[in-house]
Amino acid sequence: MTSIGTGYDLSASTYSPDGRIFQVEYAGKAVENSGTVIGLKVKDGVILAVEKLVHSKLLVPEANRRIQTIDRHIGMATAGLLADGRHLANRARDEASNYRDLYRSPPTLQALADRVGLYVQAYTLYSSVRPFGISALLGAVDKSGPVLYVVEPSGVFYGYHGAAVGKGRQLAKTELEKLDLPNMTTRQAVFEAARIIHLVHDDAKDKEFELELSWIGAESNYQHAPVPKDLFAEADTKAKEALNEGMED
Amino acid sequence: MDHFPLSWGRPRNEAVDLYSTYPVHERQRHGQQHDAFTQGVQHTQQPIVTGTSVLALKYKDGIMMAADCLASYGSLARFKDISRLHAVGQYTLIGAGGDMSDFQYLQHLLNDLMIDEYTSDDGHKLGPDEIYHYLSQVMYGRRTKMNPLWNSLLVGGFKDGQSFMGYVDLLGTTYTASTLASGYGAYIAQPLLRKAVEGRETTLTEEEARVIIQECMKVLFYRDARSLNKYQIATVTERGVQINDAISSETEWAFAEKIRGYGAQTQ
Repeated sequence: MTSIGTGYDLSASTYSPDGRIFQVEYAGKAVENSGTVIGLKVKDGVILAVEKLVHSKLLVPEANRRIQTIDRHIGMATAGLLADGRHLANRARDEASNYRDLYRSPPTLQALADRVGLYVQAYTLYSSVRPFGISALLGAVDKSGPVLYVVEPSGVFYGYHGAAVGKGRQLAKTELEKLDLPNMTTRQAVFEAARIIHLVHDDAKDKEFELELSWIGAESNYQHAPVPKDLFAEADTKAKEALNEGMED
Repeated sequence: MDHFPLSWGRPRNEAVDLYSTYPVHERQRHGQQHDAFTQGVQHTQQPIVTGTSVLALKYKDGIMMAADCLASYGSLARFKDISRLHAVGQYTLIGAGGDMSDFQYLQHLLNDLMIDEYTSDDGHKLGPDEIYHYLSQVMYGRRTKMNPLWNSLLVGGFKDGQSFMGYVDLLGTTYTASTLASGYGAYIAQPLLRKAVEGRETTLTEEEARVIIQECMKVLFYRDARSLNKYQIATVTERGVQINDAISSETEWAFAEKIRGYGAQTQ
């Protein structure tokens, strides 16, 4: 070890002299090295898309999903440590269920993100625990319409029109900014999401990846569900074609 | 709860003293220290707002269920636009008699259960059989705690080409049959249903089934003083759960004029 951190990075409960918490920043590194995850909030729905890097050909296809369902109308996609994502999703489900028990109505994503944010933040306070090595994209269509939040390892969460985390986030963000998200239909956004994931994937560094797509919109009856097989195949093929065309130019 | 009015303090307005408690300066403090009755755990001892019978039968394409829209407060017809039929997922229907607040609690419980199943994303969906057994465990568990959910429930459904119908009540009693009736209907409608349905479960058409159900609901309206001539019929078939709008039966009350011995009469 060289002088990085110089002793102030041994615990999440210690500040560095210039007011940083290194453990939280390192958790951010875990996210940066993960496969890209993007979220699109459009006119009438939300799309979540994941570039799931497959480290072994022996793995069963579609195993270890990175997109999970939190409530009927809420989905979560995580970038970073898969196990942390699983744990946080379970916590989010408990929070959603608790909200339902208390208020007898489906939770708004704002309320859920608030609770998940508090939970993640608690892991930046103690020396006995390690902060979450994930950024979580939360998407939903609730009573206020389509919503998209990102919860970071520090516990902060922001609402977005389009969000990207993980390896290819820079390029993905540039692509998202080009889109007219608020006037796009959910179906159109599925194609854009697939295209962006294929675009940002770096063939030279990571060989294999699996595309994961989920949506919440009128066509899924405003429930969070994987994009149907036929639409998925169509979007996947179109994305690959667009990529090849781009190469030829 | 302190049941002694004397312990409730002075009236806010000293001109009014409903319970003659004022001035009682040196009154005994009842209940405050120890009141064996109120400190005990209190269980449900009676239903409050109640629904009456539910009927169900099997027919060729699935199952049919009916319940009227009344929730009574004792003998008062308190709420006349209540749905006592409730869909759980796309394969299952439950119909409830007994305490309506307990029924609402069960609806909430089942909703939570279905969300748990949906979020697990394992490709399996709960069918009527699973929901029936879940409910019977809940009902039996609660009666074992001496705190029953005061309902009699019919569970009906159709999944993978199979019809299902089961009964479970506040005691945790369970049985399945091709015709079911809860509450007063168990005495009045069940014999009619058995006569019309048994042995014909696989041949009865939806129209025939509907006629049988309507006839039974009419008889129940004539005979059951806690019933209402406004009821819903629901079906569960391959196409899923369908709960229809409320309907009424044609009734004939001319004979009532000739009944003597009670009621308003001039001679």
